[in-house]
Amino acid sequence: MSRTPFPSPAVPLPESGGGAALALEGALLGHSGGPAPVGPLDLRVAPGEVLAVVGPSGCGKTTLLRTLAGLLPPLGGRVLCDGEPVRGPGGDRALVFQHDALLPWRTVRGNVELPLAVRGVDRAGRRRAADGWLERMGLAGHAARWPHGLSGGQRQRVQLARALAGRPRAVLMDEPFGALDAHTRTGMQDLLVEILRGTGATVVFVTHDVDEAVHLGDRIALLPSGGVLDVPRPRDRAAAGDPATRALRRRVLDSL
Amino acid sequence: MSAGRRLVRAGSLLAALGAWQLLTAYDVNLWLRFEQFPTVAEVARAFAERAGTEAYWQDLGSSLRRIVTGFLLAAVLGVAAGTAVARSRWAADLLGPLVEVVRPVPAIALVPVAILLLPTNEQGIVFITCAAAFFPVLVATRHAVRALSPVWEEAVLTMGGGRARVLWSVVLPGALPGVFGGLSIGVGVAWICVISAEMISGEYGVGYRTWQDYTVVDYPGVFVGMATIGALGLLTSTVVEAAGRRITAWLPRVPDRAGPAVPRPPRPSRPRPRRAPEPPSAAASASAREVPVPEKEPVP
Repeated sequence: MSRTPFPSPAVPLPESGGGAALALEGALLGHSGGPAPVGPLDLRVAPGEVLAVVGPSGCGKTTLLRTLAGLLPPLGGRVLCDGEPVRGPGGDRALVFQHDALLPWRTVRGNVELPLAVRGVDRAGRRRAADGWLERMGLAGHAARWPHGLSGGQRQRVQLARALAGRPRAVLMDEPFGALDAHTRTGMQDLLVEILRGTGATVVFVTHDVDEAVHLGDRIALLPSGGVLDVPRPRDRAAAGDPATRALRRRVLDSL
Repeated sequence: MSAGRRLVRAGSLLAALGAWQLLTAYDVNLWLRFEQFPTVAEVARAFAERAGTEAYWQDLGSSLRRIVTGFLLAAVLGVAAGTAVARSRWAADLLGPLVEVVRPVPAIALVPVAILLLPTNEQGIVFITCAAAFFPVLVATRHAVRALSPVWEEAVLTMGGGRARVLWSVVLPGALPGVFGGLSIGVGVAWICVISAEMISGEYGVGYRTWQDYTVVDYPGVFVGMATIGALGLLTSTVVEAAGRRITAWLPRVPDRAGPAVPRPPRPSRPRPRRAPEPPSAAASASAREVPVPEKEPVP
């Protein structure tokens, strides 16, 4: 059951910057002039927490992430990061896109080095850090390749490496494993759990897969209602069959 | 390229030259009149004669210098203006209408402007060459920048990158494939204009020499000029193409479809520095793409 198809970490984690506290206060999410906005939503994400966001297609999950990332200003209410209003995108909140957002003109290593270059890390430091992350993701042999030559699962791992290389205090993930087959997805989830434990970053994780939400989340937020459910620990694949987990799964499905 | 295809290509050129030689040597006169037309042999003789003179190489150097200067200026200005128009509403409002009004004016019609504005003929020719290549580069850049997926820009923004970082890491590299389309067209247009400008107002230069030969009824000389322009044009467009291929090596390329239908046996891999890893054979890439098999098998 607990097959890990990815190499175990060989590189120690960079020290963590601690998680950021994210909050929505009566926030209305959407594009001005777009479809009806979502909300008002009230939501608090504690530092270091993993919040899974589930909901049917088109309910505003991606809009929520884009608003938290600062790419989309709220139409009303407030979006806070560590108590400060979010004014725009920033390096402290990394976004992992649903679809491949790797720069095709940069090699795998070049992509992972990018957030480090933005932060002004020198060439040698960039390379060392990027190669460390690639090794953790089991991509050490692919550093010099172009993104178009990679498989879907490899691309998503590069995206994750790129997001984490900037040492963000919050990682916002938009169905990062949605396009992967079941086997690869399981491996990615296990890898993610393991890595997140080390970074201490706050995670907001959008998915349409209830099992994924139960497996990865500390809490589960339900859109469009905005309700939040707690997930009992320990989170373990072995716990997938036990009655408490099954009951939770049922509750999530019922409230959707 | 296979030997057979090379043979076909060389054969086509030789056949054209052979037909030319036959038509002119026998002074064929069927509506098209070849009596006055110089034969291939005459042109070749004239070419050999010219190539031995210093004046020929001086003309060639003048034309090359003009086109390289004008074209490089146009490339820099065209990419800058095209990016500005595509990225900034201010630039679009200020430059957009101006560009669309000036663009339809043939560059060679700017000769009076060049004469009025610029102190020397030399600068005038470079100006006209630059004006000719500028617009194709601008338009291609504008379209390429507008066609960029916003997701790349957003990715850089969420890393904390600012406008300058987006410009250097996303907009310019992402637009390069389109920009090179504009540069390829631009270098061709630039040759038309440098030669025309030299014919009108040059001192030295292949265009100037060709026109001189025409006025003194030295037809073989005219054809030497044409052949020289053709060769120089081929050289510059090859350089632009090669630079484009090298710089956009990251683009996924379709494997050579013109090859034989049966898959070739794998060639021994030779090291190819600074090139994109070529897409492997269809079967290999399909398996690499789809199979989620881990690189390392888990230890039981």
